[in-house]
Amino acid sequence: MSLLELEQLTVRFGDAVPVVDQVSLKLERGRMLALVGESGSGKSLTAMSILDLLPASATREATALRLDDENLLAWSATERRRLRGGRIGTIFQEPLTALNPLHTVEKQIGETLRIHQGLSGAAARQRSLSLLSQVELPASEAMLSRYPHQLSGGQRQRVMIAMALANDPELLIADEPTTALDVTVQETIMDLLKRLQHERNLGILLISHDLGLVGRFAEDVAVMHQGKVVESGPSDQVLSQPQAQYTRHLIDAEPSGTAVPVADDAPALLRADDLEVSFKGSRRGWFGPREETRAVDRISFQLRRGETLGVVGESGSGKSTLALALLRLVACQGRVMLLDQDLTRLSGGALRPWRRHMQVVFQDPFGSLNPRLTVLRAVEEGLRVHQPDLSRDQRRKRVRQLLREVGLDPDALERYPHEFSGGQRQRIAIARALIMKPDLLILDEPTSALDRSVQAQVLDLLRDLQRRHGLSYLFISHDLKVVRALSHRLLVMRQGQVVEHGDTETVFQRPAHDYTRTLIDAAFSTEKKHAVAH
Amino acid sequence: MMATASAPLWRRQWRAFRGNRRGFWSLLVFLVLFVLSLGAEWIANDKPLLIRYDGAFYTPVLHTYPETTFGGFFETEANYRDPVVRELIEEKGWMLWPAIRYHYTTINYELTVPAPAPPSAENWLGTDDQGRDVLARLIYGFRTSVLFGLMLTLSASAIGIMVGAIQGYYGGWTDLAGQRFIEIWSSMPILYLIIILSSFVVPSFWSLLVIMLLFSWMTLVDLVRAEFLRCRNMEYVRAAQAIGVRTPVIMFRHMLPNAMVATLTYLPFVLNAAVITLTSLDFIGFGLPPGSPSLGELLGQGKANLQAPWLGLSAFVTLALMLSLLVFIGEAVRDAFDPRKFLS
Repeated sequence: MSLLELEQLTVRFGDAVPVVDQVSLKLERGRMLALVGESGSGKSLTAMSILDLLPASATREATALRLDDENLLAWSATERRRLRGGRIGTIFQEPLTALNPLHTVEKQIGETLRIHQGLSGAAARQRSLSLLSQVELPASEAMLSRYPHQLSGGQRQRVMIAMALANDPELLIADEPTTALDVTVQETIMDLLKRLQHERNLGILLISHDLGLVGRFAEDVAVMHQGKVVESGPSDQVLSQPQAQYTRHLIDAEPSGTAVPVADDAPALLRADDLEVSFKGSRRGWFGPREETRAVDRISFQLRRGETLGVVGESGSGKSTLALALLRLVACQGRVMLLDQDLTRLSGGALRPWRRHMQVVFQDPFGSLNPRLTVLRAVEEGLRVHQPDLSRDQRRKRVRQLLREVGLDPDALERYPHEFSGGQRQRIAIARALIMKPDLLILDEPTSALDRSVQAQVLDLLRDLQRRHGLSYLFISHDLKVVRALSHRLLVMRQGQVVEHGDTETVFQRPAHDYTRTLIDAAFSTEKKHAVAH
Repeated sequence: MMATASAPLWRRQWRAFRGNRRGFWSLLVFLVLFVLSLGAEWIANDKPLLIRYDGAFYTPVLHTYPETTFGGFFETEANYRDPVVRELIEEKGWMLWPAIRYHYTTINYELTVPAPAPPSAENWLGTDDQGRDVLARLIYGFRTSVLFGLMLTLSASAIGIMVGAIQGYYGGWTDLAGQRFIEIWSSMPILYLIIILSSFVVPSFWSLLVIMLLFSWMTLVDLVRAEFLRCRNMEYVRAAQAIGVRTPVIMFRHMLPNAMVATLTYLPFVLNAAVITLTSLDFIGFGLPPGSPSLGELLGQGKANLQAPWLGLSAFVTLALMLSLLVFIGEAVRDAFDPRKFLS
């Protein structure tokens, strides 16, 4: 008898092509089933339809939806609603938005206890404390009275898990539970889920796009593509001997390759000396000293022509601030030497001609393009600033040429950003940066928001551009696999400081600092953490 | 700028606007009334639109003709309402009169009852307490109100958007100083200031506009400021800064269109407020110079002459109609910019 059985589930919006097409799943007690796929493959919708949480415009059909051999389809909507937070617990991706910012931890957990068990007062508090200790949080009054913003990302996710466990569920649905977290935290959260799975004999439906994670933690896997399950089975078997072509494609899409070699005598392009950025906090009292946070703390490095420097660190390590400081978009101390010119001595108009040499591509493919400008207007902006003597037609020609170079249809000039996919939008952002023929491109997590296979394409493009134009890259990422595929040298940052700096391969093979070692272990470990019980 | 930058979006919003039937019809009615009132001289005037006299055409609305042109005695401008002049012209031709034969200044000396006279075939809505035609004054008053409101709204919005944009873009001390200044400035008692000012400056249309502008530019500042504060950390703004785009261009091309949504939604209501302020100033007698056609002045007369309800009623109905139309239009504009409405 399986814990959850789903037969021929189909979800569609209106009369359109189904977004979930005849999906059948089976999840046993005490096992973790991973639903893997890229964005838009229908994996989240599949999970949401189990919970009755589909958008109102979607329709669901299934031949069977059984929990413990009870057919949920025969139940009333109210009865099914009682399952949520009761027999089925849920964890969402973004713990900051999934928790109510105005409620304390006690109130968040207490709410589910009150609704499903009618617990309140001292009883609820007792139960909350024990839940906290189960998710390895300090079981103290202090913890209970905290608000979500006072918790770290990992702690928030633990609170979410505590809430999901509050009513002793049999099934836990975890929708990308670690995607928003740093790698080292990811590891601990997954360990926790795994422990709970064993201890409570829980069935966990894990939704993820991360094959590495799935391979290590899930016993079973179902690969989804365009609404269909293309392959399913024990994860060892599926990942080591993939049968479906799409699964193979997904596995191959893991970032690979190494950086384009640089000539030994390549001249220096950019040098940072003792770069420092600090943010002033609030004053203590009216005249008290301001608290100062150093986001970037005395960082020095050098970057040669055609070389890629990877900057690695977890969130809050100051790597994005470093990029902004180099671009002179935040105030900083120290020196930034670009082609023997000290940029920190320039400002306003004097800085403008130098901006041409150094361009930036940001992470968010949706935030980095103005939704109200056409591709043409977005990409040509640099030309209008730096080569104002070009005519309309000349600018247009250059934009078309560049779109072709980054692998986009040059006839897409008059289209708006929302008509493009994430990967295409990132290509537009790259075109916008390249149109001024810069020497250095600062890439701030350019592939983090993209699916693995798209990521690989963008990395190929970047490598190709580097080879053709001798570009230097400052590549910022939290993803060590991606960094390894592109960088010559590596700068590991933690709390604003450089903890390790050296050749990429040397750092990966012989990390000198403990922190680097932790990061590498978390990213490249293949150690299996499967359940033993079958 | 918005229309060219996002034509498909713009079209969807227009569809959402038309989807609000009441707002759409209000806009049509308002536009018709406004355009008609712009040609008030051709609707309500004490001069004929066209005169045929002695084989030639004359247009008294556009040109001034002395009485001697038509064989009269005086060198001064012909008074076409004078029976003598009328006879002189009709002897050798004809006159085409506008629908209402009164200008807002025209006093009807042929009243058989003491002013204010009740509605009659001659004065459709009666006359005011100085014997002037109420309908003529309403038409001109409507025009003054709307023009005043539009000018005040446009200039106040322009200043407000600019100030809000600067505060939001630069943030920090600029923002702090601006906010504190606005707090102090907006706590000034506007009405008293205008009353004091009008005791040594004779109020006119333009001086009133300037004085009111001094105190009404603040409505939109907060909205635009908030939008700019949000926008300035967007990655596309950062990217534009990194490219080296000049600050005013960034503000205008990248940030303003986002703030326009909130702004346009507010505009009809700002317009309403401007109309109401002018009306209330006129009502208490500190508004436009004496003799100007004004809804507020007519309301004031209605209050002073309760025995003549046509005064107050006409002004009330006109005001109510105009303000309701503007509110309905405002609601439709809000729908048009509500993503839940225009995306569905």
